[in-house]
Amino acid sequence: MKVGIFTTWSFVTTHTQRFLIPQGRTSFVPLTTRDKIEDELEMTMVCHRPEGLEQLEAQTNFSKRELQVLYRGFKNECPSGVVNEETFKQIYSQFFPHGDASMYAHYLFNAFDTTQTGSVKFEDFVTALSILLRGTVHEKLRWTFNLYDINKDGYINKEEMIDIVKAIYDMMGKYTYPVLKDDTPRQHVDVFFQKMDKNKDGVVTLDEFLESCQEDDNIMRSLQLFENVM
Amino acid sequence: MAAGVAAWLPFARAAAIGWMPVANCPMPLAPADKNKRQDELIILNVSGRRFQTWRTTLERYPDTLLGSTEKEFFFNEDTKEYFFDRDPEVFRCVLNFYRTGKLHYPRYECISAYDDELAFYGILPEIIGDCCYEEYKDRKRENAERLMDDNDSENNQESLPSLSFRQTMWRAFENPHTSTLALVFYYVTGFFIAVSVITNVVETVPCGTVPGNKELPCGERYAVAFFCLDTACVMIFTVEYLLRLFAAPSRYRFIRSVMSIIDVVAIMPYYIGLVMTDNEDVSGAFVTLRVFRVFRIFKFSRHSQGLRILGYTLKSCASELGFLLFSLTMAIIIFATVMFYAEKGSSASKFTSIPASFWYTIVTMTTLGYGDMVPKTIAGKIFGSICSLSGVLVIALPVPVIVSNFSRIYHQNQRADKRRAQKKARLARIRVAKTGSSNAYLHSKRNGLLNEALEMTGSPEDEHMTKTTSLIESQHHHLLHCLEKTTGLSYLVDDPLLSVRTSTIKNHEFIDEQMFEQNCMESSMQNYPSTRSPSLSSHQGLTTSCCSRRSKKTTHLPNSNLPATRLRSMQELSTIHIQGSEQPSLTTSRSSLNLKADDGLRPNCKGSQITTAIISIPTPPALTPEGESRPPPCSPGPTTNIPPIGSNIVKVSAL
Repeated sequence: MKVGIFTTWSFVTTHTQRFLIPQGRTSFVPLTTRDKIEDELEMTMVCHRPEGLEQLEAQTNFSKRELQVLYRGFKNECPSGVVNEETFKQIYSQFFPHGDASMYAHYLFNAFDTTQTGSVKFEDFVTALSILLRGTVHEKLRWTFNLYDINKDGYINKEEMIDIVKAIYDMMGKYTYPVLKDDTPRQHVDVFFQKMDKNKDGVVTLDEFLESCQEDDNIMRSLQLFENVM
Repeated sequence: MAAGVAAWLPFARAAAIGWMPVANCPMPLAPADKNKRQDELIILNVSGRRFQTWRTTLERYPDTLLGSTEKEFFFNEDTKEYFFDRDPEVFRCVLNFYRTGKLHYPRYECISAYDDELAFYGILPEIIGDCCYEEYKDRKRENAERLMDDNDSENNQESLPSLSFRQTMWRAFENPHTSTLALVFYYVTGFFIAVSVITNVVETVPCGTVPGNKELPCGERYAVAFFCLDTACVMIFTVEYLLRLFAAPSRYRFIRSVMSIIDVVAIMPYYIGLVMTDNEDVSGAFVTLRVFRVFRIFKFSRHSQGLRILGYTLKSCASELGFLLFSLTMAIIIFATVMFYAEKGSSASKFTSIPASFWYTIVTMTTLGYGDMVPKTIAGKIFGSICSLSGVLVIALPVPVIVSNFSRIYHQNQRADKRRAQKKARLARIRVAKTGSSNAYLHSKRNGLLNEALEMTGSPEDEHMTKTTSLIESQHHHLLHCLEKTTGLSYLVDDPLLSVRTSTIKNHEFIDEQMFEQNCMESSMQNYPSTRSPSLSSHQGLTTSCCSRRSKKTTHLPNSNLPATRLRSMQELSTIHIQGSEQPSLTTSRSSLNLKADDGLRPNCKGSQITTAIISIPTPPALTPEGESRPPPCSPGPTTNIPPIGSNIVKVSAL
């Protein structure tokens, strides 16, 4: 998909992209081969515009109207057209005021940012949402596996899972009933692994994951919960 | 949750899928979206300016007017838009708040107007964004101070009737403008302060010689005269001090205050002198005490606001002054030391010690340069020049701070005075407008009477005459009239003469009301006997039926206890005659005023206007038998008030 980039000054880098955080702070992906002066010249307003409402409509499972609503919300929070991790975390944290959603948001961001560029464009955003809300069970599970697999090596091991579960518990905050104990995440992960790790090799592969989830009615049912979100 | 991210809720919910495999128990059901209404544009028409936004934008803040169902009250079915009769400029900010989640306060907007608008739309001002919050708070504080000032000055102006003598006196001392006596006292004390100070000064002037070729100061030459003057002044000051002490609400605090200390110090030398005139040894000390007499000049600070401000400024700049002093002292010591050692070598130098060099340093640093001590060595001259250069700098630094402080406090005071003066002018204008409107009310009431009279006699032609008031005015006047009816009182304008009258009326009945009711009665009773006198009973009956509050003393006219002069003035004041074209049938008989009023209504209702009877006649025209029996002392014949025919005079009196 063609991406339109608009810069006020004519320096266009081919290696990496520069982005201006919506609130005016400048940040850019750390580069290796740039001069400082060039960097400053390139720290201009970079705007990303998605092209092709029809294209997006074709690629995702959303209607035009839904895409419009989504884009309006997206553009409102990120006028420059791209979301970076900070903004992502901020936005997500606002839904969980009592706890700390930053870790989970970090993992989410990595899951959204399929090209690992450090920023999420609207197309990525909408693609992921389309899978999550309108995708098949298979697609959803695969996406979730991708989320859990922090280092994207195709395997979920216990440490990754513990991180994820801890991040989820963090979102709850301190004031919970019953009070969160230190080894609750670990216990939770143990239960999970018992269920998922079929061959007991300490890691969960994608197939194991898919199989185990499809066996579990609860999970299947809960995956259908958010069908009507849009 | 900030509403701007409400649009991201679908994303957050979708991301929750990531929790599902980890969860051990089934999830609760998702809430069903019952009205799966497509997001629609709604039009908000604010005083003609149309704003459009998505419905969901407004629903981000459901506890405001626009976000809740309260806006349905403003929905206009015909145009299918929401109409608000408010300021579109402020609405812009309000709508931006929905859009961006941030409420801004524009600088050009008046703070109370803005607050009103926010209150209307149900938005709390506390959510104003950081960028504008400082400005908003500052303006709000200024406004609050202004309101407090207004309240204070209002309270000051209210004459609290229950002030004790002591409190009045204290008020008179503090605010000389409250009464003439206070003003007199103020000027007298000021005069005597001036006299005292001048006396002290002139006392020391040499005043001619005595044989022996000795110059005598005037004080010794005219010792008696000066003594008498001094005594008089001190008398006055003592009396003033004692009075103030007596009147002060808190004597202990008064004694500790600065002004009182100055007062005491100003008069003490005299009394000490009285006590110790004989003792020769302490007379030297006594002479020094006389120096304190100069403190009398500080008593002027009660009389001059500028002086008080200066004192207050110095007090508030104490830290800067202290710094100035400290830095000067440092510099003086440094340079004095240097100069001393530099000049040590030179012979016959005046720099005998470091303290002796202080004098040179001070004189040089303040660029006075008396020249009584000058350095002679080269090193001394070099250091001397450095000293004078640095002196200028050290002194110049803290001075602007003090000056700016003084200017700020002074302008604040000026602002307060200016506000007070503006307020007086504003209140005067408001008063004029109010009397104007109440006049209009009474005017229209007259017109209203006539209009009703006319209508009841069925004459449509003359209605145009009374249509000069707008619908709103007439409704307002009707309201006022209902109030009058309810209370049995009636409105008067500010006439000192008349206002005295009101206090003497016991029956709460005023002429207007009578007149109105007479006309009521007259016009409603076509067959009212127009001649002579209606029976007393019928009158009574009529009056009681009209207004049950009327007293039973109908043998006595309600306002018959008024002195004649007042009646006359009332009469003059309250003539209302709307001139008609012909009044031939009107006689000068008062008793036939009834006829005139009544019959006059009928014959005159053809195209000519009604001449109403004079309202202020103590005996209301025609309805009371007493009117006949008691000719009013002031009657050039009320009927002679009927102006010549043809002159279209509409004279409205303000009663």
